Amino acid sequence: MSLYFKYVGMLLKSQMQYKASFFMTAVGQFLISFTTFLSMVFMFSRFNAVRGFTFSEVLICFSVVLMAFSLTECFFRGFDVFPRLIKSGELDRILLRPRNEMFQVLASDMDFSRIGRLLQAVVMLIYAFITCDINWTGLKIITVSLMILGGVGVFTGLFILYAAFSFFTIEGLEFMNIFTDGSREFGKYPVSVYGEGMLKFYTFVVPIALFQYYPFLYLIGKSENVWYALLPLLGFAFIVPCYAFFRFGLRKYKSTGS
Amino acid sequence: MIELKNVCKTFKVAKRNAGFGEAVKALFKKEYSYVNALQDVSFTVNDGEMVGYIGPNGAGKSSTVKIMSGILTPDSGECIINGRTPWKDRIEHVRDIGVVFGQRSQLWWDVPVIDSFELIRDIYKVSKEDYKKSLSGLTELLNLSEILKTPARQLSLGQRMRCEIAASLLHNPKILFLDEPTIGLDASSKIAVREFIKSINKENKTTVILTTHDMQDIEALTDRILLIGKGRILLDGTLDELKNRHSSLKTLTVDYLGDKLPECESYKILKDGNGRGEVLIDTRIITASKAISFISEQVEIKDISVTGETIDETVVSLYKEFAI
Amino acid sequence: MKKYLSFFKIRFIAGLQYRAAAWAGISTQFAWGGMNILMFRAFYEEGSNLFPMPFDSLSTYIWLQQAFLALFMAWFFDTEIFDSIVSGSIAYELCRPIDIYNMWFTKNTAVRLAKAALRCLPILVFAAVLPSPYGMSLPVSIGAFALFLLSMFLGFMVIVAFSMLVHATAFFTISPKGIRVLATSVIEFFSGGLIPIPFFPQSIQPFIYALPFASMQNTSFLIYTGYLSGVEALKGICLQAVWLFALWCAGKLIFRYALKRVVVQGG
Repeated sequence: MSLYFKYVGMLLKSQMQYKASFFMTAVGQFLISFTTFLSMVFMFSRFNAVRGFTFSEVLICFSVVLMAFSLTECFFRGFDVFPRLIKSGELDRILLRPRNEMFQVLASDMDFSRIGRLLQAVVMLIYAFITCDINWTGLKIITVSLMILGGVGVFTGLFILYAAFSFFTIEGLEFMNIFTDGSREFGKYPVSVYGEGMLKFYTFVVPIALFQYYPFLYLIGKSENVWYALLPLLGFAFIVPCYAFFRFGLRKYKSTGS
Repeated sequence: MIELKNVCKTFKVAKRNAGFGEAVKALFKKEYSYVNALQDVSFTVNDGEMVGYIGPNGAGKSSTVKIMSGILTPDSGECIINGRTPWKDRIEHVRDIGVVFGQRSQLWWDVPVIDSFELIRDIYKVSKEDYKKSLSGLTELLNLSEILKTPARQLSLGQRMRCEIAASLLHNPKILFLDEPTIGLDASSKIAVREFIKSINKENKTTVILTTHDMQDIEALTDRILLIGKGRILLDGTLDELKNRHSSLKTLTVDYLGDKLPECESYKILKDGNGRGEVLIDTRIITASKAISFISEQVEIKDISVTGETIDETVVSLYKEFAI
Repeated sequence: MKKYLSFFKIRFIAGLQYRAAAWAGISTQFAWGGMNILMFRAFYEEGSNLFPMPFDSLSTYIWLQQAFLALFMAWFFDTEIFDSIVSGSIAYELCRPIDIYNMWFTKNTAVRLAKAALRCLPILVFAAVLPSPYGMSLPVSIGAFALFLLSMFLGFMVIVAFSMLVHATAFFTISPKGIRVLATSVIEFFSGGLIPIPFFPQSIQPFIYALPFASMQNTSFLIYTGYLSGVEALKGICLQAVWLFALWCAGKLIFRYALKRVVVQGG
């Protein structure tokens, strides 16, 4: 664990070498998600609900997803830039070191400029909580934190999956964006908005509904099912098959060298 | 001890053909070809040995090094290094080895070198005392004291390479793999690096495997040479053996007074005219002194020089001989 | 001109070589477009009379956007250009008997065009066979289609001209990456990349239309779907031409000024 913080320190030190760039990028990151927010405001200015959800309620979804995604992008960026690690030979260097490969990939890169987005997510969440009528209970407070954590779990799984695919195809990787960037982009609305079929897809295939939809229903009081509050924990189980697939890819890498 | 037995490795490569029509076809169907990167490679390297591993590009050098360092799994064959199979006990194995890639960096670009070193210390779990000892030793031998506080991106290539080598040796490995450690370095840096490699091999009894295209590296460092071509080990012997095989050819350059050089069956005139000529002799047929005295009987020699084959030329003729 | 054409050909063939990349890109864009349409559908089902355009026009707009994404992508910047400016190797480019602005402009155009040429057809075909109102419909008239082509060409040139300005900022800052991210989000949003401009609140639309970004993808797609027609369409096209001229002049001037500075400072 202390080694992990050593890595964090090194990365911080490196990124702070370029303060102007860091600041600009953080502002840019913020603007990207802020314009998404504005688009949402514009849509709701024409109508004040979608599929029975109010703007404030949708905002909870958006901020949870954005928060989980930017946390994942910040701390698990190593998987996001994994194709680069393969191409530049850094993966070989990782394999030459007497530590777990996953740990080293995880620690190899972090992007702290994502703080721009994180900040926005926090502000939106606070705003949503103020304007939404939520009957706060202890369990609901836990639900919110589980949603965020579960989101980090699911996105981490997706990032690992992305990295694992890059063992097999570098060119074809773009299709993974449907799942990684797509989940962030479309997760801004409760996934039931996209219809019954997509809700199933997002429950059983790319399980973002586990942390974004079902516990959200419980939180805003649309569902009394207490189990919904605990579903985000299942999101962590999603990492397991992704990890297994990554190991499989790594074995292939070791046997083909590419 | 490093022991390779009948190691084989085949790669599948996608064919890419030129031209528009071919490119459209490739959209739907891909063709593959198979490359035998290593065929039946066997050799043994003893502890404390220094071995030069040479061969043209694509001969299989880096595949072998990757297998020995546990990055690559061979299709068949055995590789035992210090009693372990590299790709099976990766973590245990890599503790014992150090690897320097001349073309890649393991230093962190934007932070002082010493920070990279400390991170590597923690990765390898080197104890405080051992780290202190090896760092001070390396600092002295590689003359690093001035540059340890500098970020890697500001170092010259020579300085960086010295730091790279130090970084690979901080955990005091038993075996050091060097992949083109002197590529792109200026003359004095090259010599410094070579001197250092020599001294750790001597002092610490570190086994060194060196792959390079720079034959002066080989000449300066290694006694034993492994030549690989088209995935096979073609030659395993000392540098002298290799030289003797090919260095029987010498060229005499003669400045003389007279019309032309005398013909002789035991040598070959390469060039002649205007009082200057070049003669190629094979010392197994005629010695240089005999050839000179024969020429001096016919024409008056003003100046003469004898040049043998350089080691680079030796290697080229070796490649030619094996058609690789 | 010939060297630019051959440059385009190289990029196009290189694009073809990577079949997996092409298919991955096409399927990603298809999924992206589909999800967007589903999202809008949810809003439309709440009451479609509140929305500025009929649902099938919106579907068409989104499919056009996906099909020609490569032409209008906001995030594409040529890192080679940034690198050569930051590293100072641009000084070598000055030795060539070629106008740097024109060369980079063409290169940017060629890359986008090659990518779009490869990807637009499958997406258009897929989208055309989808059932109404989710699929893509035909242009409202032949005249509108002709205007659409003209307007798309102009819009394409406008975004390239604007991206040249973004590239030029590298002359004046050491952190092009930040500028790039900033520019991307601004262009995306104001050009109607996230939601079409007619969906913006009425009160700010005049302001949006006054910006160069509205003259990128927005005008041509709106002409195709019939949202803009007749005099309105012609007005839009004129505005595009004006912006193209202005951005192009600005780019030329900035490049001339910046290159002079590079020469004076010695790179």
